[in-house]
Amino acid sequence: MSEESAGIEAPASLRSTQFRREREDTWRELDGLLTRVEKKGIGALDPDELIRLPMLYRATVSSLSVARATSLDRNVLDYLENLARRGYFAVYAPRLRFRESIADFFVRAFPASVRVARWHVLLAALFMALGAATSWFAVAQDPELYYAFVPDGVAQDRSPASSTDSLRKVLYDEDVSAVSRLQLFASFLFTHNAQVGIFSFALSFAFGVPTFLLLFYNGTIIGAFGALYQSRDLGADFWGWVLPHGVTELGAIVLCGGAGLLIADSLLFPGNQGRLDRLARNGRVAGQIVLGAIAMLFLAALIEGFFRQLVHDMTIRYGLAVFTTMFWAAYFVFAGRAKGVGNG
Amino acid sequence: MAEARSDGAGSIRPQPGPERLERTVDTPEGVALSMMLASRGDRAIAFLLDAVFMFLVLLALLVALLALASVPDTGDILVSFGLIAFFLLRNFYFIYFEIRRAGQTPGKRIVGIKVIDRKGGPLRADAVIARNLTREIEIFLPLTFLAGGGGLLDNDIARIAALVWVGIFALMPLFNRDNLRVGDMVGGTWVVATPKVMLLSDLTEAAATPAVEPARQFVAGQQLRPTEARTHTFTDAQLDIYGIYELQTLEDVLRRHDSEETRALVAEVAERIRTKIGWNGTVPESKARGFLQDFYQALRQRLETRMLFGERRERKRDEE
Repeated sequence: MSEESAGIEAPASLRSTQFRREREDTWRELDGLLTRVEKKGIGALDPDELIRLPMLYRATVSSLSVARATSLDRNVLDYLENLARRGYFAVYAPRLRFRESIADFFVRAFPASVRVARWHVLLAALFMALGAATSWFAVAQDPELYYAFVPDGVAQDRSPASSTDSLRKVLYDEDVSAVSRLQLFASFLFTHNAQVGIFSFALSFAFGVPTFLLLFYNGTIIGAFGALYQSRDLGADFWGWVLPHGVTELGAIVLCGGAGLLIADSLLFPGNQGRLDRLARNGRVAGQIVLGAIAMLFLAALIEGFFRQLVHDMTIRYGLAVFTTMFWAAYFVFAGRAKGVGNG
Repeated sequence: MAEARSDGAGSIRPQPGPERLERTVDTPEGVALSMMLASRGDRAIAFLLDAVFMFLVLLALLVALLALASVPDTGDILVSFGLIAFFLLRNFYFIYFEIRRAGQTPGKRIVGIKVIDRKGGPLRADAVIARNLTREIEIFLPLTFLAGGGGLLDNDIARIAALVWVGIFALMPLFNRDNLRVGDMVGGTWVVATPKVMLLSDLTEAAATPAVEPARQFVAGQQLRPTEARTHTFTDAQLDIYGIYELQTLEDVLRRHDSEETRALVAEVAERIRTKIGWNGTVPESKARGFLQDFYQALRQRLETRMLFGERRERKRDEE
């Protein structure tokens, strides 16, 4: 065989080169579309192009499969891998319009998530109640124990050392001087409580121990307060003061606790899925619960900041408390139930 | 065979990072796509950028509020407004952008990384929510501790314990191979790099295809020799010596930018191959590139044909 001659004819081109030539236009078209999408978002494409995109993507993916099996041109392989990846990102990007997803969240996703975690939420409620009962009995026996349960920052001049009159004053604060002060109160309460709620969710990663503690702790504060006011015969007034917003607020904190326990559960008892899988699945449910709880805390803060300082009539206060209880019960039990299919 | 493994001229690959960052994702089409995880450094930089942006927004807000504060009686309203704005910003900046911009906050976009679902499905809103709510313990809790402890940590032991505790969460990405934050674990996501690769001309093409834009032609600025003038031929036995790895290394060499160095490399490689395969005849330096191109084409054809028959030679045999 002569080594250096034009005698032996090589085939015009390799099969893989031909393959590339046939498909190259498709790839370049997809490349162009993707570059525009990456710069300006999916809205940059007109309706025709939007239809082309998934078709081109699938064609590219199939090109990639073929190329992997038949071509050794590394540039083509890298390019197709990269193009397929970019196409995958664009085609499977979340395409949610904010308004729709918000409506869907409150009408369906949030209550459904709570139902998924109902046992954990109940457990959380139980723990908080346990804390409240503990401190109640303790402080009822010995008022000095109040200081053991309630830190100074939370007590704010309401303690066994305060006079009954000053305690009553807190419940029926006539000082309506600055409407704006209420707003300040409300916003501080909202951000502070919401942080606590997010905390108990985020801390759940430590196997739920901090979550239990947080729930118990919150419970003890309520119980201690309750016992204090009870000892001054202001018990009914106290609950009339707390419950209108408290139902919502405590409910939200219990939900966050439940969400946290759900996460802890998936860490401790993964069952036959992998731990990470279960965690991811439950983590998303838990995240939605916390988000909804934040919204509840916002409502609670509004009630607390505005309603409570403005309305002093006991009947109305209790009326609102009863109303919110029934509302939330109905909401979480009934809202968002798909017909016949239980979904989370 | 030449050891030169340069970046093929014109192809913008991710940094030749350790393979430990490479992952596979199964797309719904049933194809496995390979991805590179974003490096921890990249993620840290992206986060810092986002923090700066949030801070700037907050600053602008503050300035606006102060300007308005000169109006009487609005003081408290503005403070409450500011508090709420800070809270919303802190918690929802990331959530908003990762949902609306396909897993990329502005900081991530600049650095070129992106959040995706670990299982290969679409990135869902609830995953984004979950992965960002855990930032409380990862970032803001440590910050609070550093800023003063919240009054609970009066003794040193408690402080150290808290620091260790918080440190574990904040530094979680260092403790697992997938660079997962606590948020990633809870949301079922991870963060990948988004490089771009350009399509270069096929080395075996006679001439550049007219469809290719001139800007995309990086073939060492040289004309490819038309196949009709191919002067070097090889026997099957000679072509069977090398494998795919060598072929693609040769591709790298041939795609290098033209330079003094490249020409020298080309000549060296040509000589090495010539010797190894026992090719009769000489290859003067002027013909070295042509020799390599012919060899590349022949070798590729041979290996691809064998691949179609199910024989995949990854590297050259070692007994030589």
